[in-house]
Amino acid sequence: MVALVLPRLMDVSAASRRSASVAERNVSALKSIYWLLLVSGFVEPLLYLFSIGVGVGALVGDLTLPGGAVVSYAAFVAPAMLASSAMTGSFAETTFNFFGKMKYMKLYDGVIATPVQPFEIALGELTWAMIRGSAYSGAFLVVMVVMDLTTAARAAVAFPAAVLVGFTFGAIGMTIATFMRSWQDFDVLASAQFVLFLFSGTFIPAQAYPTLLRWLVEVTPLYRAVHLIRGITVGSSGWTWLLDIGYLLVVLAIGLFIASRRMSRLLYR
Amino acid sequence: MTTAQPLIQARGLVKRFGGFTAVDAIDVAVRAGEAFGFLGPNGAGKSSTMRMIGCVSPPSGGELRILGMDPVRDGPAIRARLGVCPQLDTLDPELTVRENLITYARYFGIARRVARLRAAELLDFVQLSERADSKVEPLSGGMKRRLTIARALVNEPEIVLLDEPTTGLDPQARHLVWERLFQLKQQGVTLVLTTHYMDEAEQLCDRLVVMDGGRIVAEGSPRVLIEQHSTREVVELRFAGESQEPFASKLDQLGERVEVLPDRVLLYVPDGDAAVAEVTALGLHPINVLVRRSGLEDVFLHLTGRTLID
Repeated sequence: MVALVLPRLMDVSAASRRSASVAERNVSALKSIYWLLLVSGFVEPLLYLFSIGVGVGALVGDLTLPGGAVVSYAAFVAPAMLASSAMTGSFAETTFNFFGKMKYMKLYDGVIATPVQPFEIALGELTWAMIRGSAYSGAFLVVMVVMDLTTAARAAVAFPAAVLVGFTFGAIGMTIATFMRSWQDFDVLASAQFVLFLFSGTFIPAQAYPTLLRWLVEVTPLYRAVHLIRGITVGSSGWTWLLDIGYLLVVLAIGLFIASRRMSRLLYR
Repeated sequence: MTTAQPLIQARGLVKRFGGFTAVDAIDVAVRAGEAFGFLGPNGAGKSSTMRMIGCVSPPSGGELRILGMDPVRDGPAIRARLGVCPQLDTLDPELTVRENLITYARYFGIARRVARLRAAELLDFVQLSERADSKVEPLSGGMKRRLTIARALVNEPEIVLLDEPTTGLDPQARHLVWERLFQLKQQGVTLVLTTHYMDEAEQLCDRLVVMDGGRIVAEGSPRVLIEQHSTREVVELRFAGESQEPFASKLDQLGERVEVLPDRVLLYVPDGDAAVAEVTALGLHPINVLVRRSGLEDVFLHLTGRTLID
């Protein structure tokens, strides 16, 4: 039994060690200009929160959620901004940067000559993207608590949820990146991302849409992410958060599977 | 390793890309401690073979064993003991010269402290210590190549694979690379390299195969190959006139082989000076005569032809 299980366990520890070395590479590559980019990822959702959440919110007034809870418009929008900034943060890393490393820097052509395998590269890059996304999420949650849009306890629960959201979108982004042919394709992606950002129950409740559209919206990953985090920060009751977590985990697993399969095919020519 | 078991063993190894066969059933055995060369024109299948040996390209057919293991199943275990210098540099442009080595060592699971020491040693070995904190981009082609070679040594590999290690380098840089590769060989490292420079093959390789069109067309030590596929000496004659052809036809009987080029005629003969005397005796007076030893280049051109293949 030990002979059977031990090599497996060693495989897992070696694989995670190798994934970590891929994430570590990105820490070494952090340079001053990059910090500026990192900061912009934090500022963007704040701008939306102030302009729309607080600004437009003053015109809209309070909202009554399906559960019956009454919340300010800013408190309604803030968790959506958190979810979409987690998405944006890990997308930036896993689509644009990942594509550049793979296609133009030919970075992974060098990496695969070492014991590191495509799946481990994918996991390592994803971990890095998650670290970046988590930094945004953490800072944004602090702002939400300070503005009294949620409580500290709820924010503490929302944090790991935001990390999961970052992970899932990282896996989606990486999968998309393996299908990209050139930088032009990123325009399409940016548009798609913006549509998701506008219509995933971010600024208006999905219940406001006609039934068919509402169903469409509710199966998108960003809607599930917003739903999950909003449920935590404004405190709606029910069990649907389980559905959200299950959904995000499944998408994460599928994304990671396809991305590493695609990478194997692209790299092991 | 003292066993007779070759470190690299290929039998009927095939690589296909769609309908195109890049490597067409080759047999190769590389023994521990030797320097083994793949020679051939562009597109002969050298790089495809190297990538299969480097476990980054699954074979389409045949059998391949590296260090006694299967490259598809045991890829990570094999790659841990290989050093690879690919044809095109895959250095990390976002890192400095030193960071490139340390980061690469980390991919092999080498502790950071050890990696730092080894990076310093290797930078010294390839004479890049002064550029340790420079970015990769401003380095010259020769420096990048040396850095790639240093990177290939960071895990203290048993086999080093070098795909055209000196292509595009100036003579100084080439000689430095050769010296370093020779030093590695002295240390008992097995070298496998591809090249289309004959002097490189003659300098470095104990044994080599000549590839053409995905197949192996000759195999042996440089000396044996020259003996088998060329004469001892070559006489190069240049005649005045529009074409060398009419002169060449008169030389048919002289050597084992006569080759006509646009600007000269090559006579493949056992004794060059004797052949020159015979040419004069025929009443021919070339404006230029050169007698030289046969080299690998003569073998190479004889086996793979003079026509451009790209």
